[in-house]
Amino acid sequence: MSIKKHPILGDAPEVEEVTVTLDGVPIKVEKGQMIAAALLEKGIRVNRYTHKNHAARGIFCGIGQCTDCVMVVNGQRNVRTCITPVEDGMVIETQNRTEEQE
Amino acid sequence: MEKREILIIGAGPAGLAASIEAARTGAEVLLVDENDTPGGQLFKQIHKFFGSAKHKAGTRGIHIGQQLLEQTKEAGVEFWLNTTAVGVVGDRQVALVRKNEDGISETIVVEAEKILVACGGAENAVNFDGWTLPGVMGAGAAQTMVNVRRVLPGRKILMVGSGNVGLIVSYQLMQAGADVVGIVEAAPKIGGYCVHAGKIRRAGVPVYLSHTVLHADAGEGSEEVSSAVIVQLDERFQPIEGTEKRIDCDTICIATGLRPQIKLSTLLGVKNGFIPELGGWMPIHDENMETNVKGVFAAGDTAGVEEASTAMDEGRMAGVSMAYDLGYLTEEEAAERKQEIAERLKALRLGPFGERRQNAKDRIVAEGKKHE
Repeated sequence: MSIKKHPILGDAPEVEEVTVTLDGVPIKVEKGQMIAAALLEKGIRVNRYTHKNHAARGIFCGIGQCTDCVMVVNGQRNVRTCITPVEDGMVIETQNRTEEQE
Repeated sequence: MEKREILIIGAGPAGLAASIEAARTGAEVLLVDENDTPGGQLFKQIHKFFGSAKHKAGTRGIHIGQQLLEQTKEAGVEFWLNTTAVGVVGDRQVALVRKNEDGISETIVVEAEKILVACGGAENAVNFDGWTLPGVMGAGAAQTMVNVRRVLPGRKILMVGSGNVGLIVSYQLMQAGADVVGIVEAAPKIGGYCVHAGKIRRAGVPVYLSHTVLHADAGEGSEEVSSAVIVQLDERFQPIEGTEKRIDCDTICIATGLRPQIKLSTLLGVKNGFIPELGGWMPIHDENMETNVKGVFAAGDTAGVEEASTAMDEGRMAGVSMAYDLGYLTEEEAAERKQEIAERLKALRLGPFGERRQNAKDRIVAEGKKHE
């Protein structure tokens, strides 16, 4: 749900799109957007599962402090997705999506 | 290892203002920030600021941020973005991990004669059952999403906390098109300024005073929050049985205060004092914002959680002090500038809300002076 019109910020500028994959599925997202925000825009709010209890986690602080939104990005685990911008061709995975990954 | 006269960690309102003030005197200033854009949390403040004209009252935070960025350029501040301070390796030596344009990260140690820690604050959480569900987030996170990222965190928002952050973010979520289904406040009265509360009340948002969230629940077959149960509290803040009420919401925002971000200052050997009014543990410091470790300064929310306006003036105070200590200002010049800033800070800490903060600040400064 992106905010196209805003009483203070004005209309959202047209932004180029790039393609990333999330758990193997290609999706088009706004260039320069942070990964977590780009996924939130698509209605995706689960970024990872906890190690012990396999409980879902999503954005909590949104500014890189809490590490709740970490995902596997281009093969690297624990990337803070709220402060990491998307790039064309980026491979994004829900961290600990399956028990085997943990 | 690189050497600089001044290293400032954090390019929010405090760090930016400090860098401008110091660089204008001719001091060599390196300003680092872990984000890819400077400004800290200023750019999500789309409301007009309070205070007098001197404090940029009536100007939106986002515009103040733009002005500060222009001034850093004019003053010749050296900027390293995408740079995270990861540790302290020696006397006034900070290890930084910088992600370069080619995407490769390198570790650089910077030794500086003066270090300013301006790392901001972190949001407090309330750990009701279900607080970890996706969809439950800090109010500041929701504010970042709507005002900076232009993405709605949800459609139906329940706000926890009626301080200024809770009120302002509720209003800004509505401006962005979301529905705020209620504000839950444990105290018997609204915590924030009347002007913000008025906007919320006029919009018809229910405010549940003397209430708290008992638990947040995910919907059937879902992993995300879909409702919350709130309950009334008695005068001793204990839940009153039988007053539970379920509220449908897809997002819960927690606005229950912030605490100073003190990891780096603590690593630098800075002592902390406990000041509840300013968020808890925070670096003790003197009027010049210098801590018990000579040459190490703290400003902004790291030096006690207040507002962006106070953060900027604390930053300026630190900037002037560092420049003076390095010999870039005469005693008269420094005294005059410090006096000006101190008066502005005092003016920002007037009134029923400000006095508490002034009193708290006086206590930490008294503590800081003992170490001089």
